[in-house]
Amino acid sequence: MQINLVYLLILFALQSEMKQESIDKLKILASAARYDVSCASSGSNRPNTGKGLGNAAPWGICHSFTEDGRCISLMKLMLTNHCIYDCAYCANRKSNDIPRTTFTVDEVVDLTIEFYRRNYIEGLFLSSGIIKNPDYTMERMVWVAKDLRVNQNYNGYIHLKSIPGASDQLQQLAGLYADRLSVNIEIATENNLKMLAPDKNYKSILNPMNTIKNKIIENKEERSKFRHAPRFTPAGQSTQLIIGATPDNDKHILNLAGNLYNSKNLKRVYYSGFIPVNSYDKRLPAIIEPPLKRENRLYQADWLFRFYHFTIDEIVNDDHPDLDLEIDPKLSYALRNPWLFPVDINKASYETILRVPGIGVLSAKKIILGRRYNKLNQSHLKKIGVVLKRAKYFITCNELKTPTIHEIQPKNFKKMLLSENKPVKQYHKSLYKQLSLFPIN
Amino acid sequence: MDLFIYDQTFEGLLTAIQDAFDLNIEPDKILSTKAFQDDLFAIKYYITTDPDKFEKLWEQIKDKSSEQNCQRIFKAFLSELPDIEIIIYNYIKLILETPYNVEVDFSNENLVKLNNIQKKVGREAQRVMMFVRFQKTIDEIFYASFDAKYNVIPLTVAHFRSRFADQKWVIFDTRRKFGYYYDLENVREITIGNQKVSLDSGKVDKDILHISEKLFQKLWKSYYDTINIKERKNLKVHMQFLPKRFWKFLPEKDFKNNLVMN
Repeated sequence: MQINLVYLLILFALQSEMKQESIDKLKILASAARYDVSCASSGSNRPNTGKGLGNAAPWGICHSFTEDGRCISLMKLMLTNHCIYDCAYCANRKSNDIPRTTFTVDEVVDLTIEFYRRNYIEGLFLSSGIIKNPDYTMERMVWVAKDLRVNQNYNGYIHLKSIPGASDQLQQLAGLYADRLSVNIEIATENNLKMLAPDKNYKSILNPMNTIKNKIIENKEERSKFRHAPRFTPAGQSTQLIIGATPDNDKHILNLAGNLYNSKNLKRVYYSGFIPVNSYDKRLPAIIEPPLKRENRLYQADWLFRFYHFTIDEIVNDDHPDLDLEIDPKLSYALRNPWLFPVDINKASYETILRVPGIGVLSAKKIILGRRYNKLNQSHLKKIGVVLKRAKYFITCNELKTPTIHEIQPKNFKKMLLSENKPVKQYHKSLYKQLSLFPIN
Repeated sequence: MDLFIYDQTFEGLLTAIQDAFDLNIEPDKILSTKAFQDDLFAIKYYITTDPDKFEKLWEQIKDKSSEQNCQRIFKAFLSELPDIEIIIYNYIKLILETPYNVEVDFSNENLVKLNNIQKKVGREAQRVMMFVRFQKTIDEIFYASFDAKYNVIPLTVAHFRSRFADQKWVIFDTRRKFGYYYDLENVREITIGNQKVSLDSGKVDKDILHISEKLFQKLWKSYYDTINIKERKNLKVHMQFLPKRFWKFLPEKDFKNNLVMN
């Protein structure tokens, strides 16, 4: 009886210790992974086959939002934060004295499945520090993905980080289980990369990118012949660039991104505002706050390139190598090229309408559809969802003539728009107060 | 004043609209029995839901427009907004009276109105898919309750069914007091009469929770706190994407007095 009780007590103590241990481990390895911005769970439509667990929704689902306003869709984890590399911008570099730990394959699989079943997450994003060598690391990551797919019958989203320098065979195997693969470039010029991350070079990054790209093209052909051929990374590949850690200008960054989209068929390029995690390293700039506005403008420019039929050269060029932080890149383009406006909403082509500041892709499509039936005026546009505050200076529609960009002139326009956005001036309280009906004094 | 009163169902509403067409009356209001308050001076028409009439009208709409458009009408109905019946009536009339397919005429006021409503309903359905949190119970059923602005459960069942095909689950709408239960084979509508689950707050008694449940909620909460980057704090965007009304069902936002009854 007594022995039983002691045994139970020990078991209980062990269990709670284990709980604390797994919580600590999760904290270490999640905080190690949090600087990866990629969180998209879209672009894959893996069905749930054979009554397994999960599917991938092609539109992507966010399940929560952190206080920094970022979406949590995938559970981002590092397999380990041990690393043999010493990259200046990374929190996990080998010269940092931080708690280090490693997940077992089972631990990652368990966490993913249990979180997924409770609808906390849309899938797993697995990255890793480099242990021993790239192949050894990548192999363990592939084990996780394989176990999830094969043994657990899990069809949710999996995003794997490709380890630069891992063998082609491992990259291919990873692509069979994952929905998306990514290799981070991080620094937009090779010289700066070599300075900050002496263990890395562009070749080791671009090689896996090329392998994945070719394999995707091959797979597409294969699937057009054999419908049931296994898919290879159905959501494609992505990468990440750190902004503001090196003096590279926006023109350089966007041209690199444009090249990656065109020649490597990337699905997404992510921009991550530099956050100093190793402030002692003098190779990196000392900054007060991360360049969030610049990051935001870069994403807007990226969108113009991917969805609005802009070329990179129209957004940034030798005369304007950096994006305007005060106004968005589309408005900035319009102010530099006022002769293209005003655009006649009822006649202009879809591509032309897309270039009007304040009109998005959905509004432009609705305009094209709606104008078949009626001549559109400003009230139509407003209901469709056009931001008239900006758009009205760049369009003509079935309405009386209003001042356009030419009457106001581009040089005054920015000032006008920015002053409108300012909060209303607070009048001094003593000057304006409610009068009393029965003045006491 | 002509009042049409129907039984709160979509079939009922379409029957009412078909009746209005047949009688050649332009209804001033179409009300569900729930919303109806007796009005002395109105002429009242009590509609009996008729599957044949519903079918006839629904087929007509399908002939005139796309499947997607039919979905729009149904979604708008789920909004349960006070005037939604008349908006749907006007919209169906527009569809049937226009000689060509009018569903993409974004210059039409009725259409834009209905479209905006159905968009809101669709978004709410997505929020439910995003923010529902299951809790594992001792009998291995994953239970989740939520409080949605619109009656969006019907739009989410298919999603949960295909995603969680290998686990039993319940989703329950605390505002409308009904839900769905999936038993690994079929999904069926249920109401809950169990003392261990609170119908109003959606909380579950800790006696019926699975032994591991608390641990995973704790793990999730730790993950949520860790993944945040303090230097990038942006509460405005945070609140915009994660409205406060969902917090009471999220273990990561409201861990102390969250989903478990004490």
